[in-house]
Amino acid sequence: MELVLSTAIGVMTGCGVWLILRPRTYQVIVGLSLLSYAVNLFIFGVGGVKTNVPPILVDGVPTSVLADPVPQALVLTAIVIGFATTALFLVVLLASRGLTGTDHVDGRNEPK
Amino acid sequence: MIGWAHHLIIAPILVPLVVAALLLFFDERQRVAKAMISLASTLILVTVSLALLRVESGPNDFDGVYLLGNWAAPFGIVLVLDALSALMLLLTALLSVAALVFSLARWHAVGAHFHTMFQLLLVGLNGAFLTGDLFNLFVFFEVMLAASYGLLLHGSGPLRVKAGMHYIAVNLAAALLFLIGVSLIYGTAGTLNMADLAARIPDIEPDRRMLMEAGAGVLGIAFLIKAGMWPLCFWLPTAYSAAAAPVAGIFAIMSKLGIYVILRLTMLLFGDGPSAGFGSDVLLYGGIATIIFGTIGVLASQALGRLAGFSVLVSSGTLLMVLGINDGAISSGALLYLVSSTLTISAFFMLIELVERGQDAGAIVLAVTMEAYGDADEDEPEEGDGVTMPGTMAILGICFAACGILLSGLPPLSGFIAKFAMLSAMMGTGAIGVPPTAAVWVLVSLVILSGIAALISMTRAGIRTFWSSLEGTVPRVLVIEIVPVMFLLFLTLALTVQAGPAMQYMDTTIRSLSNPRIYIDAVRNAAAVPDYDGVVSAGTGSK
Repeated sequence: MELVLSTAIGVMTGCGVWLILRPRTYQVIVGLSLLSYAVNLFIFGVGGVKTNVPPILVDGVPTSVLADPVPQALVLTAIVIGFATTALFLVVLLASRGLTGTDHVDGRNEPK
Repeated sequence: MIGWAHHLIIAPILVPLVVAALLLFFDERQRVAKAMISLASTLILVTVSLALLRVESGPNDFDGVYLLGNWAAPFGIVLVLDALSALMLLLTALLSVAALVFSLARWHAVGAHFHTMFQLLLVGLNGAFLTGDLFNLFVFFEVMLAASYGLLLHGSGPLRVKAGMHYIAVNLAAALLFLIGVSLIYGTAGTLNMADLAARIPDIEPDRRMLMEAGAGVLGIAFLIKAGMWPLCFWLPTAYSAAAAPVAGIFAIMSKLGIYVILRLTMLLFGDGPSAGFGSDVLLYGGIATIIFGTIGVLASQALGRLAGFSVLVSSGTLLMVLGINDGAISSGALLYLVSSTLTISAFFMLIELVERGQDAGAIVLAVTMEAYGDADEDEPEEGDGVTMPGTMAILGICFAACGILLSGLPPLSGFIAKFAMLSAMMGTGAIGVPPTAAVWVLVSLVILSGIAALISMTRAGIRTFWSSLEGTVPRVLVIEIVPVMFLLFLTLALTVQAGPAMQYMDTTIRSLSNPRIYIDAVRNAAAVPDYDGVVSAGTGSK
């Protein structure tokens, strides 16, 4: 379980970093999305990987078998914020495409 | 504790938030109403932050911890008002009034929802200054950033869209680093409350400490991007000079937010204990590199907007370097420098727009390649109606000279006093009779050289703009545009006249920051308010 999770995070981060360094705006936005998925999984990971356990405190149940609710709350906030900012970035991307006629991040195709 | 004053702590967040929501109900055509509501909100913020500053620095022991939702820390999120955050709140409020009044002449009309975004930016800034919780800091950071994306694009045009796209991409990546840092810290320390975290750091086992420090480092990068430390700063001059003038004016405080968070967290988390001094080398050398980069940029800039953008970097670099030295007396000088340079740069950004108005951009920036400016013409907003300023050139010239004096740190204005306070503290760190070390000389000469570079650049730009203008056209400047600039410059004058009390305040601030126990105990011992029937809600049992 831990291995699958960490491999997934690693692969997505690697792809994301490569993509945000690319010159096309579409690649950048896909890269940023991949990175944010990786980060969201990472936040889950720091709470300890547990399956099928509730995050709610119950009398008599030791806390070690419970999932940590804080990372779950954090990840929820991070998803919402990431989603909103990505949507906003998409709008800017379209505006840039409309104004410059190219999808290059610098607004022009050929190097200076 | 005084009841009403205590609830004032949350006002700097609530007032602009409510106003921002309210403004959405007004149609864009009801511009005057929107402007008045927005202006009223910023004036309220000035009043509130002045009141907070007074109770905070007053003789009574003011309890600045505000429990949101009445849950005791670390279970609930707290807002903490101390001397530093009160100072930053006041600075933000003053800048916002100036920038907003400036925008009323015409800039607020060039796009939709200017006032809403402006108020949301204030929500984010004030929240980030007040919060005592790392994740809450992230949320306020994002609120501020989302509003700043909109504001940067305000007025549109290819140049702004291009700069805005780079700005957004950089900040989205920074936000992800922020999350990684926060989650690493949570994973190792088990808390996100800053005070609780500071108390727990000494007890973290060595094998986890490394992870915690890695998290703090990643977190630090997110703030250093905001503050503009070299090599994380290449987006900054372009973005700031592309922004509309009033927007750039308020953006001046945003790079200081990065500095504020770094100051707060390093003093609180790494003041003493086994992790003491973590990251101070990075700040020191990064700061030095930033000063050098900024100075070269200032010298190389032909366009005034870029000159101002690089001045932001010089100011950030100086502050980061001082944070890296981590010495009480130098830091209090640096706080004064922070206030003075923020006011100066904000005034300068707005002044630039007035000076360059009516002049052919091509004539002014002959040497600057046009593509740095975008090939197409910008859609400049049409001129607003209102009273024009008499004696325009004289007043613009005086303001420009004042900005030059402030940026280069010459007497008699506050730029000089702040730099003098820093430099004399640096020279005096050795015992009496012991000459300063070579390292100190390097730092001192860097600060002075950056001032000289600013002086050279400003003189050159001033001569070109005011004395040998190719066209000799006098820009049409409205009273409500020049008054905010004069107001900000007047504040630096006031800071000069009242340098004694101001320095005293900075000293007290740094002294309370360098004793993190005060902060930690205040937050940990803040008791929840009992309900009406006297029952204290859950969470207080931890005390």
